[in-house]
Amino acid sequence: MMTEMQTALLHANPLLSRFDPLPRIIVADDFDRGLQGWTGLIGNYEDSLDSILPPYRDLRGPMLSNLSMWDTGSDGSMNGTYAMKLATRPQPGALAVAIKRLTFRHLGPIRLEAYFTFKPEASALKLSETDVRAVGVLFDLQEVDRHGANPQRIMPHLRYLNALDGEFVGRWQYKKERVALHEIGGSGKTKSHFHLAPEGWEFLPDGDQRLCYNEIATKQNWYYLRLDFDLATMSYLRFQCNDRVYDLANLPGVEPMRMPAMANLWCMLNTAFWVETDTAKRAFLYVDSVVLSGDW
Amino acid sequence: MQESHTAVIERNVTWQGNFATEPYEAAWASEAIFFVRILSKANLPAILAAHVQISPDGMHWCNEGEILYLPTADDDSDLAFCRVKQFGGWLRLAGAVPAGSSVTVIVYLVLKG
Repeated sequence: MMTEMQTALLHANPLLSRFDPLPRIIVADDFDRGLQGWTGLIGNYEDSLDSILPPYRDLRGPMLSNLSMWDTGSDGSMNGTYAMKLATRPQPGALAVAIKRLTFRHLGPIRLEAYFTFKPEASALKLSETDVRAVGVLFDLQEVDRHGANPQRIMPHLRYLNALDGEFVGRWQYKKERVALHEIGGSGKTKSHFHLAPEGWEFLPDGDQRLCYNEIATKQNWYYLRLDFDLATMSYLRFQCNDRVYDLANLPGVEPMRMPAMANLWCMLNTAFWVETDTAKRAFLYVDSVVLSGDW
Repeated sequence: MQESHTAVIERNVTWQGNFATEPYEAAWASEAIFFVRILSKANLPAILAAHVQISPDGMHWCNEGEILYLPTADDDSDLAFCRVKQFGGWLRLAGAVPAGSSVTVIVYLVLKG
């Protein structure tokens, strides 16, 4: 729990007062100060880049954007000028991913908060509200090296399925089924599985949500997102987008992907955002700021 | 201290015919270098140009004037670069590889400002 002094200081800080962090702030990233350690995701390889699993070969990485629109000029970000931008290639199903790689020091609750928005490229004078397929958030975690028997890698994934094959969906999904693990190269030490694959997504109960898409493709409104996960039990606690709150701790069917621990990922605490396009048009995800906090 | 960022804007991609790198936003930066490293090449002409292009909106492009000449000869280095300044909000490289030729590249955009 936060002390009254901590809470007062938090509320007096212009960056932090719009977040609800746990007592220890692990990172507070405002993209007016650069990309802050968010980088692109690449699949594993040995000896040759051709050994990367095909869907991992061309995940587009992040850039800094001032949200300049062809018709109105620069929008800027929610708080300042720059946001982290992810842009897919203009091919249906193309993905862009930004990841931050940490490790954890305490087995307890963590909380990821962000302000984000998404839009298709404004290349047509149309509403285009079904052109972005999905935006998502994930943790990629592995238990400690002294965990004992059967340590696991745990991958909580949630996405907002905005549209599929041109039809509006507007529902949150989670993924607990994982796709097959592939050996990479010949050393026996490198494995890979494409956890962002389109297969295996399930609808979150009561997970429909209409967001503020606005009325043309060059207007964007910022959304709040929060994901709480417990590293002690390696299970979901809570998910929130704007006013919608999901008590995931009491939705026993909503599970992360789980798999046997891998050789070199102990105490891993990775988090990532991604965007997927539904059409032959670039899809953009903008993140204004991110706060990751922990309870210890 | 200045901000700096290296973006890998193409990785192990083969250019045949017309090519253009994905739009990259660089409004925060005051200087840029494109690096192209050649991983493999086939039947390249003596001169192969990649034009730096700029854009007001990431969708409509014009040549900025700077040209990156790819190292096409067998005894060339694998790496070439060009420098750009005063480029506004977006940058990309574009050009055309003649029919029957191809080149596989990694393209870096190194920004500072």
